[in-house]
Amino acid sequence: MSKMTIKTEGDTHVVVTRRFAAPPEALYRAHTDPALIQKWLLGPDGWTMPVCINDARPGGKFRYEWTNGKGGDFYITGEFTALEPHSRIVHVERMHLPDPTPDNHVETRFDPDGSGTLMTIRMTLPDAQTRAAMLATGMEHGMEASYVRLEGLI
Amino acid sequence: MLNLDAAFSALADPTRRAILARLAQGEATVTELAEPFAMTQPAISQHLKVLEDAGLIGRRVEGTKRPRRLEMAGVDAMEQWLDMLRKALEKNYDRLDEVLAGMKPEKGKKKK
Repeated sequence: MSKMTIKTEGDTHVVVTRRFAAPPEALYRAHTDPALIQKWLLGPDGWTMPVCINDARPGGKFRYEWTNGKGGDFYITGEFTALEPHSRIVHVERMHLPDPTPDNHVETRFDPDGSGTLMTIRMTLPDAQTRAAMLATGMEHGMEASYVRLEGLI
Repeated sequence: MLNLDAAFSALADPTRRAILARLAQGEATVTELAEPFAMTQPAISQHLKVLEDAGLIGRRVEGTKRPRRLEMAGVDAMEQWLDMLRKALEKNYDRLDEVLAGMKPEKGKKKK
């Protein structure tokens, strides 16, 4: 399946795209309604999200916690910067492992694409080193899965 | 010996990515590797050490030369790891497909 693409851009960005059969309104809800988020934002099998709190308005905070039931717990906190129903969400997030990682600025766009939606997530990390570290640590859940230009290189 | 943290950190540098790209075409000596860069040989050697410590490249002894080459075990391990990440993310979105399919149209639209 190659509906999804992940690529790096410049030294500090990671861009993910994915097409969906549903309209932008549905995507927007699935990204802002905690009851819906808990159903899919889980990463590999065996992980659950027992805590999913968010205040989806500009300046609102969120906190998502994951567990694999084997002590592999971690959480993310963040703030919403901008919310434009149903086309765009901008937020800042950091992962707690338990020390917080540098802020990741994330812009998520939902653009109409035929009868469905093209979702584009653009992450901006403080520097190349942080982006590399993000790839190397704590990413097992695949939320912000990233990609070094290995495929093009090797 | 591969250290994934070190491997990803090693790739954060454009010069080191370019060195890997060059080595992907075949082994090369330090002098050959230094050629395309406006850098001194010691500076290149430092980059090579980082890549070597990360388990991404190795060296062969050939007389007085020490040509460098990719360590495919290290590269493969990284690719496998990235593939795992990609699969985890794809899994999220496959689940999201199902959630979306089960959603009812938004109620209480302001229309009317």
